[in-house]
Amino acid sequence: MGSHALATPVAVVGMACTNFGELWDRNVDDLLVEATHGALGSAGGLGVDDVDAFWLGSMISGVSGLTLTRPLNISHKPVTRVENMCATGSEAFRNACYAVSSGAYDVVMAVGGEKLKDAGYSGLEMPSVPNDGTPPVLSAPAMYSMIVPAYARRYGVPEEQIKEAMTHIAWKNHGNGARNPRAQFRKEVPKETIAAAPTLAGRLSVFDCSGVADGAAAAVIVRAEDALKYTDKPLYVHALALDAGSGTGRNDSDYDYSDLAEAAASARTAYAQAGITDPATEISLAEVHDCFTPTELVLMEELGFSERGKAWRDVLDGRYDRDGALPVNIDGGLKSFGHPIGASGLRMIFEMWLQFRGEAGERQVADPRFGLVQNQGGSPGDLVSAVTIVSDRRP
Amino acid sequence: MVGIESYAVYLPVPRLDRADVARVVGGRGKGTRPVASYDEDATTMGVAAARAALHGAGAGVDSLWFATTRPAYLEKSNAATVAAASGLAAEVAAYDVSGALRGGAGALRAGLAAGAAVVVASDVRYGLPGSADEAEGADAAAALLVGPDPVAELVGTASLTSEFLDRWRIPGDVRTRTWEERFGVEEYVPLVERIVDDVLGRCELKREQVDHVVISTPHARARAAARRGFEAAQLAAIDAAALGYAGAADLAVGLALALDAAAPGDLVLAVSATDGADAFVFRVTEKHVTGGRSGLAAAPAGQPVSYGDFLNWRGLLPREPARRPDIKPPVPPAARRTASWKFGFVAARCGSCGYRNLPPRQVCLRCSATEGFEPVSMVDVPGRIATFTDDWLSESVQLPARVVAVDFDGGGRFECEMTDVVGRELAIGDRVSPTFRLASVAGNGVRNYVWKVRPHLEEED
Repeated sequence: MGSHALATPVAVVGMACTNFGELWDRNVDDLLVEATHGALGSAGGLGVDDVDAFWLGSMISGVSGLTLTRPLNISHKPVTRVENMCATGSEAFRNACYAVSSGAYDVVMAVGGEKLKDAGYSGLEMPSVPNDGTPPVLSAPAMYSMIVPAYARRYGVPEEQIKEAMTHIAWKNHGNGARNPRAQFRKEVPKETIAAAPTLAGRLSVFDCSGVADGAAAAVIVRAEDALKYTDKPLYVHALALDAGSGTGRNDSDYDYSDLAEAAASARTAYAQAGITDPATEISLAEVHDCFTPTELVLMEELGFSERGKAWRDVLDGRYDRDGALPVNIDGGLKSFGHPIGASGLRMIFEMWLQFRGEAGERQVADPRFGLVQNQGGSPGDLVSAVTIVSDRRP
Repeated sequence: MVGIESYAVYLPVPRLDRADVARVVGGRGKGTRPVASYDEDATTMGVAAARAALHGAGAGVDSLWFATTRPAYLEKSNAATVAAASGLAAEVAAYDVSGALRGGAGALRAGLAAGAAVVVASDVRYGLPGSADEAEGADAAAALLVGPDPVAELVGTASLTSEFLDRWRIPGDVRTRTWEERFGVEEYVPLVERIVDDVLGRCELKREQVDHVVISTPHARARAAARRGFEAAQLAAIDAAALGYAGAADLAVGLALALDAAAPGDLVLAVSATDGADAFVFRVTEKHVTGGRSGLAAAPAGQPVSYGDFLNWRGLLPREPARRPDIKPPVPPAARRTASWKFGFVAARCGSCGYRNLPPRQVCLRCSATEGFEPVSMVDVPGRIATFTDDWLSESVQLPARVVAVDFDGGGRFECEMTDVVGRELAIGDRVSPTFRLASVAGNGVRNYVWKVRPHLEEED
C-alpha cells in the first residue's frame, strides 16, 4: 500500500487557456474548441485525431464525454467526463496523466471548461440531490467565512489582523491579475477600497470572494521520454495527489474550522512523490485555490509555506507577493480570473506552463525550481484537495 | 376526575411597537405586542408550547387537538407536524381544529372529553396595515395536557352556538372583515351573560365564588361590557399580562395565565365568545403546588422588531430577493425517511465510541462503527457556539442569516441558523438551545421545518 510518484513520468507538451470572464457571446462549445485546438497547436501542431484519449472536467456545463466530442467532432475515442467539485480541473489532469503513465495511451488530453454565466446568478449554484431539507444551506462565502473567527480564536490573533491579511491577499491577487491579459478582472484595487467594502458573509466582502466566470483550458500530456518530440520546453509532472476528506467535519466537534486538513494531506503526499522536504524553500511559486481570501491565508500553512498561526504575518510581510520569496497566485488567482469550475485547475497549471517556459511576461519568476498547484472543492470540514507539482526538469 | 395536568404558554420573542406602526399608518399607538418571528408559524409556535407542556410526559396521551385560524397548510394536517415535532408516538391521534376562532374552545372541549390528550392552540394575528387585528392582536400558543391527575380539575362546561356574522375572513386573505361594532356588542354580551349563568348553574356556584375569570372574545367592546359583570380582582390575572387577543389560542393562553395566579382550591371560570359561547369551570387541586407553571415568567425578554421587518415577515412588504437560485423544497420521501431526525431532532449515539451523530448515519463519523446506534433526542440538549457567521446571501427571510456551528453538551455538532437574535452580537462559546422553526417556504408552498437554535436561557439549566 502507498502513494507513489508515477513509475513512468509524464509531461505536458502543449497547453492553452481562454480568456476568462463574462463571455456572453460564447457557449461552452466555443470555449472547449478554443482551448482544445490551442493546446494541440502548441504541442507542435497535433490534430484532434492524434490524441488517443480525452478527460473532460466540467461540473455543470454538460454531462458525459459527448460534451467534448460533439463540438470537436471527435469520433470513436475514449472520452471521460470527470467531476470533483471545484477541484474538477485538477482531477481531469490527474486522471489523464495516469492514463499515459500506465502505458495505455501515448497522447492524451485533459480539458476543463465551464459556462457559468448563463445561469443568471451572481454566485455559484451547486448541484444538489433532493433531500429532507435539514442540511444547512449556507452560501459559499458564509461557509469559508467561518474560518476567520475560528482561526482568530485558535491562534489568539485579533480578527482585525486577519482581515488585514485578507485585504492584502485580495490586493495582491488583483494586482497580479492586472498583469495578465487572460484574467477577468485586470485592475489594481487599492487596499482602502478593499477594506471598506460592505460584508457579504462574516468578515468577507465581495473583494474577499473569487468571481464567477466562463472559461476553458487544456493540456496535452505524453510520457516524459517522448516529450521533446512535441516541444523543446515540456513541463514535467513530479507529483499528483488528491485527498478527499470524510466530509464529516461540519458534524464533528473535533473540527474547529481553522484548518483545511485535506489540503495538508494532499500536499504531504505530493511532497513525498516529488522528494520535497522543505516546501517553504523548494517551491518557487504556487497557484493555490483562493476561492476566498481566508482560504489562501490558511493554505499557506497547510502547504507548509508558513508556520501554523503565522501565515497572516508572512502575508503582510509580502512573502507571497509577486516580488516575494514565494509568489502565490502570480497569475491573479481565482480572485482575478473568476472560477469556471472545470477549468480552474487547468488554468493554474497553464500559469506553470508559461512560467517554466519563460513566457510569463512581466509576471515572470526568475529560475523557478518547483511549481505547486493546489485546487480544492467543498468547504472547511467537507473538502477535496488536489496538489500537482511540476517543473522543467525531468523527474 | 379529568382536568389539566400541565400547561404552557409560548410567546414569540419579537415585539412590535405600536408607536412604530402609528408613525407609518397614522393614528396613535402605545405599548408593544408579541409577533411571530420570520421563521415561525402557528405550527412551530404550537410545537414550542406542546413541548413545554409535555416536558417528556407524553406517554399517556392518546390524542392531540390543534387549533388555529392561520393553518400553515390546508388539507395536509398541521396537527401531525405538531405531534411529530413534540415527540408523540405514532399511536397518538392528531386532529386539526382549523379555521374558526372557536376552534380554540372546541379543541379544549374535545381534549377534555377524550380524557388523555394534549390541546394545542396557536395563532398568528395580523391584518392589513393599520387594522385593529394588527394593533391589538397577540401571536401566541398555549398547550394544555389533559389527564386524570390534574392540577385543575374540570367542574363543568356549557356551550351555546349562535349563527350571526360579526367577523369573517376569506381563505387566503390577509384581511379579516367585521360588521358594525354595535351589532356585535348586542349579540355577544347576552351570550356571555347566559353562558356564565348556565355553567355556574350547572356547577352550583355563584359569580362571587369564582376566583379567576377569563373572558376571551375577538370583540373588544363586547369584552369590555362582559367584564363589568365581574370584580377587578377576578380579572386581575389576565389583565396583568396585557397581551392582546391571541385568536384561537386566546382562551388557552388566558386559562394558563389564570392558573399561574391560582392556588389550590381556587375556582377558574374561562369563557370564550365566538359565534356562540363556551364556558369551562376548573377547580385548582393540591397537585398544583408542585406542578409546573406556564413558563411565561421565565420566558426570554422581548426583542423589538421594526415595522418594516414585521410587514416583510407577514408578506405585506415584499422585498427584492437576492439574485439567487429558487429555494429548493425538501422532498416528501426524504423527509418521510428521516422524520424522527427532521421533526423530532433525534440523533444517533454510537454504541462503540459514544459520539452523537447529527444527523444519524449508517457509519459512525468518529469511529466508523456500523451498528449499535441508539436514538437520542437532542430537543432538550443545550450547546455552545463553536463558530458562527452572518450570511447576507442566505435564502432566509431575515438577513443576514445568523449561521452557527453548535457543539451540544455531551457531544454532537450541527450547523444551523440561529434565531431570535436579530441585531444581537454572537460570540464563540455562547449557550444555545434547540427550537423548531421554518427554514424556508419554497415556490411550491412546501414549508421546510427544521430544528435551529436560539439563545439558551439560564432558567432552563
